[in-house]
Amino acid sequence: MPQRLSPGPGSRDWSSHPPLIAPAYKSTRLRGPTRPLVPIPASLSELTGPVYGHESVGPCDHDLTKNAARDGEPLGERIVVAGRVRDEAGRPIAGHLVEVWQANAAGRYVHKADGHDAPLDPNFFGAGRTVTDAEGRYRFLTIRPGAYPWGNHDNAWRPPHIHFSLFGPTLASRLVTQMYFPGDPLLAHDPIYLAVPEKARARLVADFSLDVTEPGFALGYVFDIVLRGPLETPMEHAP
Amino acid sequence: MSKPQDKDNTKTRAVPTVEPLRLGQTPSQTVGPFFHPVLVPEAFGYPFQGIVGNRIEACEQNTQAIVIEGQVCDGAGRPIEDALIEFWQADSQGRYGHPADGRGGNTSFRGFARAATGPAPHHRYRLESIKPGAVDSAQAPHINVVLFMRGLLRHLYTRIYFSDEAAANARDPVLALIPEARRATLIAALQETQGDDKTASYRFDIHMQGEKETVFFDF
Repeated sequence: MPQRLSPGPGSRDWSSHPPLIAPAYKSTRLRGPTRPLVPIPASLSELTGPVYGHESVGPCDHDLTKNAARDGEPLGERIVVAGRVRDEAGRPIAGHLVEVWQANAAGRYVHKADGHDAPLDPNFFGAGRTVTDAEGRYRFLTIRPGAYPWGNHDNAWRPPHIHFSLFGPTLASRLVTQMYFPGDPLLAHDPIYLAVPEKARARLVADFSLDVTEPGFALGYVFDIVLRGPLETPMEHAP
Repeated sequence: MSKPQDKDNTKTRAVPTVEPLRLGQTPSQTVGPFFHPVLVPEAFGYPFQGIVGNRIEACEQNTQAIVIEGQVCDGAGRPIEDALIEFWQADSQGRYGHPADGRGGNTSFRGFARAATGPAPHHRYRLESIKPGAVDSAQAPHINVVLFMRGLLRHLYTRIYFSDEAAANARDPVLALIPEARRATLIAALQETQGDDKTASYRFDIHMQGEKETVFFDF
């Protein structure tokens, strides 16, 4: 029999997440469901989830300045993005996959649907992945992404950001989010960022860090991630 | 001499307890429109190797091959061209390829796939898989779905049940939580069975809004 999750650290903290319909972000109006989510007891279906670890990444996958290089280095400002992935109790999420994607330094994605009139970079693809270490740490080397215009409203620009995708230990801990850069004036105008409740917004903004900065090579940013959990394991799973 | 003891007990109880550490959850953000090159690269012709495609491989004999296709429609009834769907399922004996599922013999079954609506005609997604078994004595066979798209600020969970499992569906404790009129939104309709391996084709559409709005879960 499925078991109900106890309220507390296991549950999704809706006050930390954006609503499904945020009218200022126009695409949500016809795409966000209107009826309340139906609470269900967590069974093995929810307390298991995709398992992707070290076998799913290659040696260069974490280095976006090299993993698509053809005849040189990508243009733009090299940066290190590093951080820890933990659950709400502060326990490291070790050995778990982190996938990222982003625009190039000019604000252009390698994507058929990106119509922005900015140059592609033949040496930059904008996709990477890595696996967290025993302390939940990850580290990417990449190019600082550029801002780009989008059609949401007049003169709308997305602040530079890096997309993150993580599974965590269970289906319930799944997270897709975006990391932003500190001090960016575009944040105050971005309806996607502003859809997050105010108290939680700062969690999406990386910190500049001299400790992570590599002298003479690349500025460093720290983006720590907290996944929902820990979650209980159901006691019974008899066939 | 009992009085001092009582006093001591009172004192002990008065010591403030330390709040357990609780870090704030990182907020969700939309997957946006540009996820294809990393999350579903092969299907969309990008020169990158994803961790998984739209196919879940069987690891046992005598499994039932299935194909599930469908559209994801917005509140105006238009098929959405850039939705990402993740599928998580048990093997034909109902075992998940995950350490929390203590039953042996299931380690090689991955049970995960990604598909996007998009280049195919009519913006259909397609999952190629095997029919999952029931994961416990109560639940009907189902595939867990995680849905992402531009315009969705946080992902949604739903489930795909099967129209040819009517008896098991009638007993399923999750379907029982849903008003009868909305249960059909979670049931994939068997279209046909064809080919040498008797692949069963199902149709499963997702409606974000409107009368047929799909049931999405909180857990």
